[in-house]
Amino acid sequence: MSAEPTTKVTPSSLGPDSEGSPGASSVTQGSGHRDDYGSRLGMWLFLVTEMVLFGGLFIAYSYMRYRYPVEFHHGGGELNATLGVINTLVLLTSSLTVVLAIVAIQRSEKGRAMVFLGSTLVLGLTFLVIKSFEWGAKFHHGLYPNAPHLATLPPGEQVFFGLYFTMTGLHGLHVIAGLSVLSVMLWWVATDRIRQDRYIHLENSGLYWHLVDVIWIFLLPLFYLAA
Amino acid sequence: MSTHAATAQPSYLVDTGSRKGLMAWLTTTDHKRIGLLYLYAMSIFFLIAMGIGFVMRLVQLTSYQKLITAQTYNALFTVHGVIMIFLFVIPGLSAVFGNFFLPILIGAKDVSFPRLNLASWYFFMAGAILAVLSLFTGGGAPDTGWSFYAPFSLKTGTNVSLAVFAAFVLGFSSMLTGINFITTIHRLRAPGMHWFRMPLFCWAVYSTAWIQILATPIVAITLVLVILERFFGIGVFDPAKGGDPLLYQHLFWIYSHPAVYIMILPAMGAITEIIPTFAKRTIFGYKAIAFSSMAIAGVGSLVWAHHMFTSGMSGMALMLFSLLTMIVAVPSAVKVFNWVGTLYKGSIDFQPPLLFALTFIFLFCIGGLTGVMQGALAVNVHVHDTYFIVGHFHYVMFGGTGMAFFAALLYWFPKMWGRMYSKAAIYASWFPIFIGFNLLYFGMLILGLMGMPRRYYVHLPQFHTMHVVATVGSWFLVLGLLLFFGTLLYAILWGEKAEDNPWGGVTLEWSLPSPPIQENFEEIPTITHGPYEFERLEGKS
Amino acid sequence: MSEHVEPASEHATEHPGYGTFIKVWLLLLILTGCLVGVSHLGQTYAVWGLLTLTPLKAGLVFYFFMHLKYEGPLFKVVVLVTLGTLLIFFALLFSDVAFH
Repeated sequence: MSAEPTTKVTPSSLGPDSEGSPGASSVTQGSGHRDDYGSRLGMWLFLVTEMVLFGGLFIAYSYMRYRYPVEFHHGGGELNATLGVINTLVLLTSSLTVVLAIVAIQRSEKGRAMVFLGSTLVLGLTFLVIKSFEWGAKFHHGLYPNAPHLATLPPGEQVFFGLYFTMTGLHGLHVIAGLSVLSVMLWWVATDRIRQDRYIHLENSGLYWHLVDVIWIFLLPLFYLAA
Repeated sequence: MSTHAATAQPSYLVDTGSRKGLMAWLTTTDHKRIGLLYLYAMSIFFLIAMGIGFVMRLVQLTSYQKLITAQTYNALFTVHGVIMIFLFVIPGLSAVFGNFFLPILIGAKDVSFPRLNLASWYFFMAGAILAVLSLFTGGGAPDTGWSFYAPFSLKTGTNVSLAVFAAFVLGFSSMLTGINFITTIHRLRAPGMHWFRMPLFCWAVYSTAWIQILATPIVAITLVLVILERFFGIGVFDPAKGGDPLLYQHLFWIYSHPAVYIMILPAMGAITEIIPTFAKRTIFGYKAIAFSSMAIAGVGSLVWAHHMFTSGMSGMALMLFSLLTMIVAVPSAVKVFNWVGTLYKGSIDFQPPLLFALTFIFLFCIGGLTGVMQGALAVNVHVHDTYFIVGHFHYVMFGGTGMAFFAALLYWFPKMWGRMYSKAAIYASWFPIFIGFNLLYFGMLILGLMGMPRRYYVHLPQFHTMHVVATVGSWFLVLGLLLFFGTLLYAILWGEKAEDNPWGGVTLEWSLPSPPIQENFEEIPTITHGPYEFERLEGKS
Repeated sequence: MSEHVEPASEHATEHPGYGTFIKVWLLLLILTGCLVGVSHLGQTYAVWGLLTLTPLKAGLVFYFFMHLKYEGPLFKVVVLVTLGTLLIFFALLFSDVAFH
């Protein structure tokens, strides 16, 4: 039977084709071969799911805001815009330090990379501390779901605070996840598991952290500047 | 030509690592073994849910109503739906045959992220276990129906939170699989395996994977909102707090309608592999099928609100979604024409996989056409929430995806286990399956047009005759399915050894030994032509 | 070949330096300032600021910090498909909400 539809070649005879052909990497797969491009593609696809996850919340937000423009305006007035803006600056800067850490690794400047990553961790923690003060104040004023005080406010504002806690809370969880991953990256840089010729994990963690930043970029005007 | 005799590597079914037996399977990163892990788990879930369906039919013979209470009936249809949808048809062909055959069909040794692949299976199992736990813990089995509609799902005392969380975890498993498959197709195609030389099953899995990552997160967040609503009362879906249950319906169906295409696209892909092999002819309209898969994935994501025609949406939305619903039928019809066109003037070799593939086409057409009927606004109002809907989606999901699953299983069975089943027993099982299926679900279509509402424990006397017909149909169906699964189980254990290429297929999997070796290919092949070139082979011999 | 060619697995040999990213960061800070300023001018301005400046900021992060600028076409397509899908979801949802 001649059902064999292929002619076989040895990996070494692939030659120049292995540069551009997407299948080239399969030649050595399964034997510890690295496909950094593939890893980044996988990470980006994961980020796609994160974007759509938050996208669902943004859809819910716009649906409700369209319905209750005045109440959302009032709700936004209750939030502390100054803290929101400070947190934005904190996160933007933490994003910068991650990307600088990658540049440092590319140049084999291990010490600098560790300083940059360390700054990111500190900034991320700062963000969480500020956030917790903010949440604390809201709880203090009885502005949380199921609070007796909130129940006296118009329905639209109740929805506003429901969404506020859901979206900033979910974002906060992502910050915590990002910080955990970046801590591991810091450790790996320190122990040379991440180095000039092998930094895909740092790159992918950085991608995740930047996405967390991007989501906050949207949360700022939707909630804090809505008033 | 074949050099299997010289094969150095053992079959993937042989344990060669330090772990043996069950542990070797539970820690495997071999895509073929993971495919089988999915298959075994799913078969069990399928049989359980089938049993539940059987009991529900018995209840409609009023004399058996003492069997269960009305509340239990509500729990049963919820559980039947949750298991069948989230644990069988959604992962279905993609997780089992996608895992097993996608890398082989594109000439790769495994998927891009083998460990992530195993993790997906564990997420799947965790979700399944949580779903089962939700039946016996808390306030008892959820009674909302599989769609968990707010506001009832927010208020009911049954264990909705855990069931919803289970669905969330299952969604996570589905997304990770999708990410893995897309990366695999982009990165691991063998040299010369251009996009348009891929077997069409790969195109189907690719389109499916895109829906998995673009739509699943929406339902994930929706389910999270339901949980938050139940625990903290955030108010987004709760009208008492200014929320809107309609928003829930929108968000739920933004995922759950595309999920229908997650279920059906890989099924269509499998049928597209089977038909050319048994017609001994290249596929008619390769690109039309490839692009129609992508078109179904695209347009199918834009029709969700046709589940909500009676919810009081705006007239604008009604017209728009009705139109889009009609349009999505076109690429599906393109595929049916192509399958029939492939069979035309082929040298047809009639074997069990082809029988089930043809059954798929027939039943899927009924399911599709009844779907277009409901796309028409006026008809929809009449049949909304009746047995017509139940009959329709069983034609699509079971007659479509289910039959394609069986066809794919029969087609690839000798390759997967290296054994052959009794063809006579499979033919024998087909008759009760086909007859029972149509009695049961066509009966439901008629009941629906008569006005029988779905999810009711009792019915009015005028519906009784058709209910009896449907219930008798369910007995035939169950009988056929048990024979079918029994035959395959027997063959896995004691079947005779299968040839490497029992059907004369020309795609890559048939060039491998049955069962395949651990890393699929001794050497990665170089591809020089399209996937279904039977003519080329004839010219040679 | 009719398929789109994907780049080889390594980055382009030239990596951007510290300066590029610091400039982008400064730009992001300025844009944030503009956004806050605009939000004080009234509801209409605030909404327009939201609709233009925010995507611009997000775009800068995507394009530079997330290295999209330095990647092949595939990643850009992936991001565009995602954003396009979300936009269409929005549009279709508002075909219901906006016409009540």
